[in-house]
Amino acid sequence: MIPVPEPAPRRTKVEIRGLQMTFRAENEVRVLENMDLDVREGEFVCILGPSGCGKSTLLNIVAGFLAPTAGTVKIDSEEVHGPDARRIFVFQERGVFPWLTVEGNIGFGLGCLPRAERERRIAHYVGLVGLQGFEKAYPQELSGGMKQRVEVARALAVDPDVLYLDEPFGALDSITRLVMRGELLRIWRAEQKTILFVTHDIEESVQLADRVVVMSARPAHIRRIVEIDLPHPRDLSSRRYLELRDGIFEEIGLAHRI
Amino acid sequence: MSVGHKVLPFAGVALLLVAWDIAIRVGRAPLLPGPLAVGRAIAELAQKGFLVKHVVASLFRVTWGYLLAVAVGVPFGILLAWYRRGGLALAPLVEIVRPISALAWIPLAILWFGVGDLSAVFIIFIASVLPLTVAAMSAVGGVSAVHWNAGRNFGLSTAEIARRVLLPAILPRLLVGLRLALGIAWLVVVAAEMIAVNSGLGFLIIDARNAGNRYDLVVAGMVLIGTIGLCLDAAMRGVERLPALRWGYAGAAAETA
Repeated sequence: MIPVPEPAPRRTKVEIRGLQMTFRAENEVRVLENMDLDVREGEFVCILGPSGCGKSTLLNIVAGFLAPTAGTVKIDSEEVHGPDARRIFVFQERGVFPWLTVEGNIGFGLGCLPRAERERRIAHYVGLVGLQGFEKAYPQELSGGMKQRVEVARALAVDPDVLYLDEPFGALDSITRLVMRGELLRIWRAEQKTILFVTHDIEESVQLADRVVVMSARPAHIRRIVEIDLPHPRDLSSRRYLELRDGIFEEIGLAHRI
Repeated sequence: MSVGHKVLPFAGVALLLVAWDIAIRVGRAPLLPGPLAVGRAIAELAQKGFLVKHVVASLFRVTWGYLLAVAVGVPFGILLAWYRRGGLALAPLVEIVRPISALAWIPLAILWFGVGDLSAVFIIFIASVLPLTVAAMSAVGGVSAVHWNAGRNFGLSTAEIARRVLLPAILPRLLVGLRLALGIAWLVVVAAEMIAVNSGLGFLIIDARNAGNRYDLVVAGMVLIGTIGLCLDAAMRGVERLPALRWGYAGAAAETA
């Protein structure tokens, strides 16, 4: 087994303190309860929890789309008060703009660049996500996986420090999902982004993350943070992988049998 | 599109014309002129220069009334949807005024603007402005929250979001509204011309009857109205097929997917 290299101490990128969220509809719905979490720069963190537990809400607060009821989110020691082009949210493939071509979508955030530079960047990211030949295609002509790549490329093109991904591969078939995970890891290593990745898929979280934040059911709090000390590329049948995966299955209270 | 798709509509019209002609010959009914008589009437109008004159007069009024309605109704609808409080306050008003037929405005139109183009333009404006307002409102309401957030995420100003997200996002639905409103405008111009002016296709119809029971000319006017209406509709549908808009129409999207 290859020894895991000791990671250099990295500074804190995202700092979540005392975060609470209560939705006031007909009756109060407590969604998040007193959450604290630090994410280091360049770290890949998966937020794992059952459907409807509030993990998407957490991501939307961190991204600045929602204001929390209490608590703070700081990024680079600066409090978050709204969305910011340095930190891009990748929705499921629904987020691509259907009225723009692949090129138009990927170049969406590059309006302020000179034309030549913009085209160079678009071409680079088209290549990075493997969509050469589809530059002029409209999203409706693409498959779900391709649309998801367009969204990832659109996010990367503005060179953000942080990527927020909200169950980005949830709507894809299982084969495409595996391919996309591989590509995301490849891009993550090439581009050195901090990634917060929300998922309800235990396997996915153990395959991707440096750390898995296991959330409880609503109102959500952190049950446990699991350090995934496996080097990439990860061997999905190694003992350690299975150990970590089954540990999380147990933590969530599921027997790993059907 | 197969050959059948292109030929069938024409075959339908041809069949109707033949059936019409046979019915007239067999029934010897003087109550409806046959297609040949109507054709001759159209030729007569063309020869005397009335055809162009009436068509241009009608199109002129529709163009102005409709464009004014678009210029007022669409921004108004967008603003009502954008500023929800304003929308809540004004939406009932819109819904009260909307069911009033534009024709009910004719007496007031004549009172305010006299007999002439202005009255007709006003009536067309009134007929199409609120449907356009409602279409714009519902189009804005249909914009996906994900697209709003994506626009905000990339650091766009409000004006940029309006131009780069809102406008393209509402365009497909808005175009349907624009097409329906143009149909309404064309429908109403005839009625307006029967009362408020002395030119145009509506005037042609009422005048042909009053000035000598020329029912061939009456039907000729009807045929012209139908044909021009069809052309206007086809032109709007052509716009809906642009690649940057096609996504908005479920049927077309299913075709390519």
